[in-house]
Amino acid sequence: MNTLVWVEHDNASVKDATLATVTAAGKLGDVTALVAGSGCDAAADAAAKIAGVSKVLKADDAAYANALAENVAPLIVSLMGTYDAFVAPATTTGKNIAPRVAALLDVMQISDILSVEGGKTFTRPIYAGNAIATAESSDAKLVITVRGTAFEKASPEGGSASVEAVSGPGDSGLSSFVGSELAKSERPELTSAKIIVSGGRALKDAATFQDVIFPLADKLGAGVGASRAAVDAGYVPNDYQVGQTGKIVAPEVYVAIGISGAIQHLAGMKDSKAIIAINKDEEAPIFQVADIGLVGDLFKVVPELTGKL
Amino acid sequence: MKILVPVKRVIDYNVKPRVKSDGTGVDLANVKMSMNPFDEISVEEAIRLKESGRAEEIVAVSIGPAKAQETLRTALAMGADRAILVETDDEVEPLAVAKILKAIADEEQPGLVILGKQAIDDDSNQTGQMLAALLGRPQGTFANEVTIEGDSVTVKREVDGGLETVKLSLPAVITTDLRLNEPRYASLPNIMKAKKKPLDVKTPGDYGVDIAPRLKTHKVAEPPVRQAGIKVADIDELVAKLKDMGIA
Repeated sequence: MNTLVWVEHDNASVKDATLATVTAAGKLGDVTALVAGSGCDAAADAAAKIAGVSKVLKADDAAYANALAENVAPLIVSLMGTYDAFVAPATTTGKNIAPRVAALLDVMQISDILSVEGGKTFTRPIYAGNAIATAESSDAKLVITVRGTAFEKASPEGGSASVEAVSGPGDSGLSSFVGSELAKSERPELTSAKIIVSGGRALKDAATFQDVIFPLADKLGAGVGASRAAVDAGYVPNDYQVGQTGKIVAPEVYVAIGISGAIQHLAGMKDSKAIIAINKDEEAPIFQVADIGLVGDLFKVVPELTGKL
Repeated sequence: MKILVPVKRVIDYNVKPRVKSDGTGVDLANVKMSMNPFDEISVEEAIRLKESGRAEEIVAVSIGPAKAQETLRTALAMGADRAILVETDDEVEPLAVAKILKAIADEEQPGLVILGKQAIDDDSNQTGQMLAALLGRPQGTFANEVTIEGDSVTVKREVDGGLETVKLSLPAVITTDLRLNEPRYASLPNIMKAKKKPLDVKTPGDYGVDIAPRLKTHKVAEPPVRQAGIKVADIDELVAKLKDMGIA
């Protein structure tokens, strides 16, 4: 099977989510990486070095600068003649583009795969991960998004693929990019952090969240996450949300502070290697999945923990 | 402008789903069902656009069993003007849903279609994007803020790195994220009034759409169960455990 992998990048470097996607695609067959962007030579060169990538297609055009689905989906469809599967990471970019590609190809997409079971059969989570479905596609071509935490990351070094320039239909004229407000943080990105400290509604307000959670995270070199309740209440921006419809994470250690453990939150973090929960309610569902639990007032114990580390 | 709002009847978000012992799916017998939470946000956004004079009519659509009428009545009670049920007892995949919605959009000619970004049962996150593709129209997915200006709509989107803003020419398809708005509850008088609002019942065949599934589900299983661990008494004990794990 020949696969075409969507490379997530910032024109200069390749984002981590791409690496697990290359591994998943490699289980299906040969991997060609598509780098669509504007001034994206460096990203294409980085993609060519990923172990397991046999060829890189580079579509360098102002129309592809911000990965607008209206522009990149027709590009991907124009390339799919020689590929059997389009594989994208289940990031907000991948989730935006892949279904548009699938519909144009008249293919039913398989979202968020956890494993490749051989041929055209995959497992994927449904019902917030409370059930795992094994599904087989009957379509001639496959369109797949990949859950990054479910596959090992391919090595970003060691490959030596050739880079071939391609062009597509360009600007569809349907949409334009206005701007972005991207969070700037010195802390590790949530989806690649080894340790995550996450806060819930119990943190009271934005200032308290920062005062309690951030020092502990910084002491541990951890990324910072939050429950939906904390994001909805405005303690932290939307990109902190861990859960069924937010970010799916699986760090070495996940520290849940003042998070009760709604099924939607558990869906986003229960594959963490170790879970540590601090909550004043000893009946909180988070303790049912935590490896280490501490029942206590977070406003007392979290600063104490930060101080003793 | 007319707004089309597709809504799905799903397991209530407070209910913990149970996998059937024969591995054929999730047990929905005698389980509380509700409107997909993201679709409530879609209905609310459509109503706000109507209240601000940007839209004249809101048409709610559902594809599903006869009981999905209840979901449509909820949308009508919130403020939708009329409803269409495309009735089927079969499971309809996102691609087929998008095809039916495309046929309805061709008939109704809405300026906006506002959908939830994902249904909390199959967690596919596909239908809106697929519909936009089939219509050949732009898509504003994971919307955090929607602003209509003239013949375009500006959508602030929730993305992995933060927020991103795109401008789409109308007609357009929008999918909602959690922070777009807080849906209202239907008042009792409005629930009564909703019973008299028009609700058409159609079938997938009326739109010429083949809903035969493309994916064959071999089995549905419980995920690996995570065992509860230990409780520690105080911070000193926690710090000692963290040291054992090599992270402190």
